[in-house]
Amino acid sequence: MSVMDQETHVTPDGRTIGGVLMEMRNISLRFGGVKAITDISFDIREGEIRAIIGPNGAGKSSMLNVVSGFYIPQEGEVWYKGSVRPQMRPFEVARQGIARTFQNIALFEGMSVLDNVMTGRLNHMTTGLLSQAIWKGKAEQEEIENREVAEKIIDFLEIQHIRKTPVSRLPYGLKKRVELARALVAQPSLLLLDEPMAGMNVEEKEDMSRFILDVNDEFGTTIALIEHDMGVVMDLSDRVVVMDYGKKIGDGTPDEVRNNQAVIDAYLGVAHD
Amino acid sequence: MNGLMAGVLYALVALGFVLIFKASGIFNFSQGVMALFAALTLVGIMEGRVPFSHLINAVFGTSVHHFGWNVPAFAAILLTMVVMVGLAWLVNRYIFRHLVGQEPIILFMATIGLAYFLEGFGDIMWGSDIKKLDVGLPQGINSTIDEITYNLLGYGFFIDNLDLWATFVAILLVIALVLFAQYSKHGRAMRAVADDHQAALSVGINLNFIWVMVWSLAGFVALVAGIMWGTKSGVQFSLSLIALKALPVLMLGGFTSIPGAIVGGLIIGVGEKLFEFIVGPMVGGATENWFAYVLALIFLVFRPQGLFGEKIIERV
Ligand SMILES: Nc1ncnc2c1ncn2[C@@H]1O[C@H](COP(=O)(O)OP(=O)(O)OP(=O)(O)O)[C@@H](O)[C@H]1O
Ligand SMILES: [Mg+2]
Repeated sequence: MSVMDQETHVTPDGRTIGGVLMEMRNISLRFGGVKAITDISFDIREGEIRAIIGPNGAGKSSMLNVVSGFYIPQEGEVWYKGSVRPQMRPFEVARQGIARTFQNIALFEGMSVLDNVMTGRLNHMTTGLLSQAIWKGKAEQEEIENREVAEKIIDFLEIQHIRKTPVSRLPYGLKKRVELARALVAQPSLLLLDEPMAGMNVEEKEDMSRFILDVNDEFGTTIALIEHDMGVVMDLSDRVVVMDYGKKIGDGTPDEVRNNQAVIDAYLGVAHD
Repeated sequence: MNGLMAGVLYALVALGFVLIFKASGIFNFSQGVMALFAALTLVGIMEGRVPFSHLINAVFGTSVHHFGWNVPAFAAILLTMVVMVGLAWLVNRYIFRHLVGQEPIILFMATIGLAYFLEGFGDIMWGSDIKKLDVGLPQGINSTIDEITYNLLGYGFFIDNLDLWATFVAILLVIALVLFAQYSKHGRAMRAVADDHQAALSVGINLNFIWVMVWSLAGFVALVAGIMWGTKSGVQFSLSLIALKALPVLMLGGFTSIPGAIVGGLIIGVGEKLFEFIVGPMVGGATENWFAYVLALIFLVFRPQGLFGEKIIERV
């Protein structure tokens, strides 16, 4: 019996991994004739960093899009916090505490960094249209609290110096970081990152890795991430799902996956990128 | 109609326009007709008219016209607003939800269709006769301004109370909308939706809610415009013509600027009267017909983003 089958355990570096937070059961997704995902099951445990890897076009982003409600699978069930999730639209999924970033960065280009980050707090603003107009005090109080959370995350990700800068003026690496900040301020139960380090130089990658580890460590946030850089994946993740041509070909700790023959053949063996 | 009032009306139509354009990129040709429709509905409700009475009478051979009651102005305005929210919901549900992601020109065409439909629908629903509208706004020459200017300049300025009111309300509306867009939860969500759909969804914004909200706001602005204009010159179908002047206003103010709408509206409304007064006699008059468009043309050449619009940067 491997260590992963236990309900709750503590990792060698002292983090607590809890029970199953999200479980994908027999997910299949097709686009016309293209089978993006074929009958894939895996789970994500509370507090862990779960990686999804695989060659280009393997279906990794599609899987993340299923988790976040952007794609609706033809078959399979999504279980979240112990119950099966009915079909939901993306904004409803977000309101359930699942935040995400995108492979191609989706920021509000016309807004400042701070405004972008503040939109991540929208779900935490309770005051409605009318009460906002009538009961200004409460709305202001809320705004102050939300600002505090936002500033904390901005400090945490070391982007104070660009708080007021319009996002459209930022270099790629910083944009990725702002996107992470916006997802984080929502204080999500589950954070989905689609290639958070793509297109970055070595130094930026190291920074981003450190941030991901710190987020997980300090806030206990459960993270599912897609990444191409095998070195990074091995360093960061507790468990790895390996996909190829829409199928799951491996699942386990980085060491288990690294030594899995199917993975070596399919993923490491073929030329990609 | 004098310059101030015309300017306010241009501004209000342009304002509704900016709201929808900002939040959804839809160039709403029907904004003027929405003002007409709102005014028609308001009069209809206030006077207790039976909607579709012509149609009902023609089909059933009856002769109903009025319910026989009158609704107080305030209640009627609230009811009309309910109708405008309903309209916003219908427009989103049955038209624009199906056109998400389409080319702007297709969305624009849809709003042209909507404009003609709404004009015809308003006609069938409430009849095409010119209707008097009086919601109790003050009217008549403002004697204070008359006196003060008389004492100062030796001749009095005649400014209608209604025009002052309309200007005041329009400015208030603009301030409220700017505050709303800038600082409120839903205002922030509105700006987010305008900027990026995917990102907006990922932070938990319900796009459909925001669109209905924005069309409702535009409906409210249309109602205000309808009230001002209906009080001034009766509710009649020529209002949709005024809406065309909102286009040059937008070129001046910028398509995405809420304050730009009011500034642009007043500049054009007052400017075309002054121009007619000063230059008109030299060129044979009727300058009001083209002044706004020529001004817009000049802006298009020298400052295409308008006075307040965001600078247009062409990405290559
Ligand atoms: N919206 C879509 N419409 C049609 N086909 C799609 C769509 N999204 C993904 N696909 C297809 O599904 C397959 C999997 O794509 P996906 O983006 O999930 O791969 P990926 O593993 O994320 O690849 P990459 O490493 O290049 O990001 C591809 O064949 C892709 O063309
Ligand atoms: Mg991908």
